[in-house]
Amino acid sequence: MTSPTTLDLSPRPGSASRAAMLKAQTAMELRLQTRNGEQVLLTMIIPLVLLVLGARASQIVDLGPGRTIDIVTPGILALAVLSTSFTSLAIATGFERRYGIIKRLGASPLPRWGLLFGKIGAVVIVEVVQLAVLSGVGLLMGWEPHGGLTALGQMVLLVVLGTAAFGSLGLLIAGTLRAEATLAVANLVYVLLLVGGGLLVPLSRYPEAARHVLELLPSGALGQGLRDTFTGDGPTAFTTVVLLIWAVCASLMVSRTFKWE
Amino acid sequence: MGVSEPVAATSARDVPAVEVVDLVMRYGSTTAVDGLSLTVEPGTVTAILGPNGAGKTTTIETCEGFRSPHGGSVRVLGLDPVADGHLLRPRVGVMLQSGGAWSGARSYEMLRHIASLHAHPLDVDALIERLGMGSYGTTPYRRLSGGQQQRLSLAMAVVGRPELLFLDEPTAGLDPAARRSTWELIAELRSSGVTTVLTTHFMDEAEALSDQVHIVDAGRVIASGTPQSLASSGSKNTLRFTARPGLDVEDLMLALPHDTKVDEITPGAYVVAGAVDPQLLALLATWCAAQGVLTESLLVERQTLEDRFLELTGKALR
Repeated sequence: MTSPTTLDLSPRPGSASRAAMLKAQTAMELRLQTRNGEQVLLTMIIPLVLLVLGARASQIVDLGPGRTIDIVTPGILALAVLSTSFTSLAIATGFERRYGIIKRLGASPLPRWGLLFGKIGAVVIVEVVQLAVLSGVGLLMGWEPHGGLTALGQMVLLVVLGTAAFGSLGLLIAGTLRAEATLAVANLVYVLLLVGGGLLVPLSRYPEAARHVLELLPSGALGQGLRDTFTGDGPTAFTTVVLLIWAVCASLMVSRTFKWE
Repeated sequence: MGVSEPVAATSARDVPAVEVVDLVMRYGSTTAVDGLSLTVEPGTVTAILGPNGAGKTTTIETCEGFRSPHGGSVRVLGLDPVADGHLLRPRVGVMLQSGGAWSGARSYEMLRHIASLHAHPLDVDALIERLGMGSYGTTPYRRLSGGQQQRLSLAMAVVGRPELLFLDEPTAGLDPAARRSTWELIAELRSSGVTTVLTTHFMDEAEALSDQVHIVDAGRVIASGTPQSLASSGSKNTLRFTARPGLDVEDLMLALPHDTKVDEITPGAYVVAGAVDPQLLALLATWCAAQGVLTESLLVERQTLEDRFLELTGKALR
């Protein structure tokens, strides 16, 4: 038997500084996410495999005029944003609600904005790593992005809008459905958008009726926007406005309906 | 913050730590809490005791600010737990009845994270050692046993050095040794000036730990008091003694408080029924001395809180 350690249990309450709380929360989210095999599979492995396979996609699907790798790489970047900001965020948040983590943190000094910004921080950091790795591999495979720094700026704008739109939709699902249902819906939507959401295949390759629907979806707008960005033409105003409307409407809806318990 | 803390500490002494008045909480058409009132004085341990479904968790979670009252009012440290939640959360430690950690987070990591949200947390290593959590410090939460999860949950409640603690069934699922050490920690927190409100359906826990017990059933407080007063206020307290047969029980009854009844049930075996307290014992001893009677055996059958609960609610606790 060791003698019990003396602890000064007398009250000395207080919150850590906002910066310290936000840093701790972001770091914790990030650690848990990178530790989780399924999340790494979803956010890194699948986009990488699709990028490598996609470079040969023209043998199976007609992606239209232009070099295959130049068409595929921006689409993979869009897919990476979808996987992190929507699927991964929705599933993680669904289970956090289910296991009482949001409740537990809700009883701690961490404010709700801290919880939200911790999530946003972790999503953004993962996205930066995804975009760097996937663009790097794309470049190694011969991707030739045009547009220079302007294109980089346009990409940042589209990714921010896309993340806001998909992230809010993900939280909307996680805040409304049970954890298992969230898991199912988030994965299903991911697969549907991956296959037919205008992410990877240029909208011009879809039948006209489908194209009119897809260009109104955040997936179609983000995919097409990024492809247009790296041809050097830049995203159309229409694409950008579609993403902006999704981002604003979805975040307003989630702020009204999200239940923290 | 540094300036506001002493002010908060002084004001905490002037107001009740918790004041619940006529609380009503409903889930759909079910009324979980039905006009419940209780007050918790600073520096005390208060047990809310009742069977499952009595409204204990709903009451405590309303005090924690998780939901707004449907009727009545709740004040915690003089503040509104919902509107002033941001002011209360740093000052109040919470142990949820279950869950509250990421399944992939390690115990140590989880505790360290909660500590990092506070300004002056306890030393995490020392707390881990104190609670005997060292052997599973690096185990992910999902692999912990129920009892280990409970310990972690308790550690997360106290690590921020709160002035008020809400513990929802702190010893459910613990083995006797772990239960005993949780009791010791709660007693130590009390002597360090922390106010504790806990829910339990263990009678012995309420009796051993608390200054004040509120027995709750069907969403209402049906009895309140110290564990001793609650147990002895029932009707079943008796005192048995043996002495020579044929004592004058009528005369003895005159010497005792008027609501006390004495019977010689078999020759030489006497039963005294009434409010058995030290005064009664002294009066009995005085009467015996005056009569030259030596009591050969004397047994106080004090009603336990458990008996009292059964008597009040007509049902067993678990």
